Amino acid sequence: MPPLSYNFAYLDEQSKKMIRRAILKALAIPGFQVPFGGREMPLPYGWGTGGIQLTASVIGPDDRLKVIDQGSDDTVNAISIKQFFTKTAGIDTTEETVKATIIQTRHRIPETPLQKGQIMVFQVPIPEPLQFIEPRQTQTAKMHAFEEYGSMHVKLYEDIAKFDRIATAFDYPVQVHGRYIMSPSPIPKYDNPKLHQSPAIHLFGAGREKRIYAVPPFTDVISLDFEDYPFELEQWDGACAVCGSQNSFLDEILTDDKGTRVFICSDTEYCKNNAGKNTP
Amino acid sequence: MSVLQENDSLPLLEVRHLSKFFGKQLGCHDISFAVSPAEVIGVVGESGSGKSTLLDCIAGRLKSSNGAVLFNSSVGMLDLCRCDEALVRKIIRTQTGYVTQNASQGLKMHISAGGNIGEKLMANGMRNYRQIRKEALAWLAKVEIDPGRIDDLPSTFSGGMQQRLQIAANLVNAPKIMLMDEPTSGLDVSVQARLIDVLRKLVSGLNLSMILVTHDLAVARLLCHRLYVMKQGKIVESGLSDQILDDPRQPYTQLLVSSVLKP
Ligand SMILES: [Zn+2]
Repeated sequence: MPPLSYNFAYLDEQSKKMIRRAILKALAIPGFQVPFGGREMPLPYGWGTGGIQLTASVIGPDDRLKVIDQGSDDTVNAISIKQFFTKTAGIDTTEETVKATIIQTRHRIPETPLQKGQIMVFQVPIPEPLQFIEPRQTQTAKMHAFEEYGSMHVKLYEDIAKFDRIATAFDYPVQVHGRYIMSPSPIPKYDNPKLHQSPAIHLFGAGREKRIYAVPPFTDVISLDFEDYPFELEQWDGACAVCGSQNSFLDEILTDDKGTRVFICSDTEYCKNNAGKNTP
Repeated sequence: MSVLQENDSLPLLEVRHLSKFFGKQLGCHDISFAVSPAEVIGVVGESGSGKSTLLDCIAGRLKSSNGAVLFNSSVGMLDLCRCDEALVRKIIRTQTGYVTQNASQGLKMHISAGGNIGEKLMANGMRNYRQIRKEALAWLAKVEIDPGRIDDLPSTFSGGMQQRLQIAANLVNAPKIMLMDEPTSGLDVSVQARLIDVLRKLVSGLNLSMILVTHDLAVARLLCHRLYVMKQGKIVESGLSDQILDDPRQPYTQLLVSSVLKP
């Protein structure tokens, strides 16, 4: 049972209602940043307060929560968020993607395909994709309203001019439902295609900036690119050193002080399952 | 929406009884004039005479208090003060250019020269990197910047180069009219001369109209066909540039001219 001093999932019902209204609006206008009256949470910004407020507003007693940070279920941040909800909502947590009903994340979308009924909650540090080109918020609001998005490509142009390829690897801008440009921040571009026509609900919360945006199920999410420099996924020379996967986002890990390196799945739960499958 | 029919015999741009007040303070009052295609108009006066306010109202950067700015756009004659904001922004983005005195306001200083030139192309839908690159290189050459500098940041450029880059970034999408606010001020005389030279070549080759706001009558004489002299927010004298500068009628204009002609 949750301690009596807290409301279920910490937030009071009024705040949850207000946030749920913002979520519904965000789902109705895919990719549009809805301002909301963000609440103070007992955690500093940067620890996922935007995501925590979203999770607190949608979670119910029957939900099973998975929290991932850098693809891993057992970092300090992931564990403290899970503890926060087991204490304040008394809900069950899980590390298994298929069993989770809500998955709160900072850096990754799980490799295991999401299903209908699941909700992904993203903790977003920088919600405004136009910030790079236009720091004034009054202007970016107009650029979104009037669909003045051509200058988004300037960022990609600069990449190609410098590196002869689009080097942006994280927070790679997408256009949602043929309309709003959205920052899928801060997932790797490797995960962008997982948003496209996904059966799950994707909610994005920025605590500091007090913005919520969303991708409803089965929505087009297209990564920006040039005709002659199309969007490409990163590739690795080897496979995962633990499970042998060749279809997974890999982290490079140094194994000794001589610079020997191996590649290992960033999604630890996927890696564990995959390794289990391969060893009879 | 205020769309009249498109007509080539109409002026490209017509300002009608335009006024701008800042509270009780007068910015500019009851200004009317017209700009024909390929015509270069100069608006001269001391600082505080309201000439930059007038330009900002025409450019849609300030909302005028009264009056109209009619523009003979590709979709007909539009009153830029009255029509739908989305349409005005599109017209301004695609058919006008705006060069400021301070290049750091007109350019994105953290983006390469090529990116600055390419921005308007991309904003207007160009999605081919090589084509954008080609256009940027060509425009650098046209404004006499070494195309080898295409990937350098504008902050590494001299003041004169920054102004020429700003001009290229505005001309790249072939606007019908350029609005320029003191583009030469703050530059050395020799640097000014080169900028004016580049501008003259471009203007004559592109069939481009221009409204140039300047306090520098020498610059106005070199570039402008006609001049409007502003004092305390109002036009006090207008006419052909040579006529105004050689034979000013109004005492205020005579003062302006004589102060410049003094060594
Ligand atoms: Zn693995």
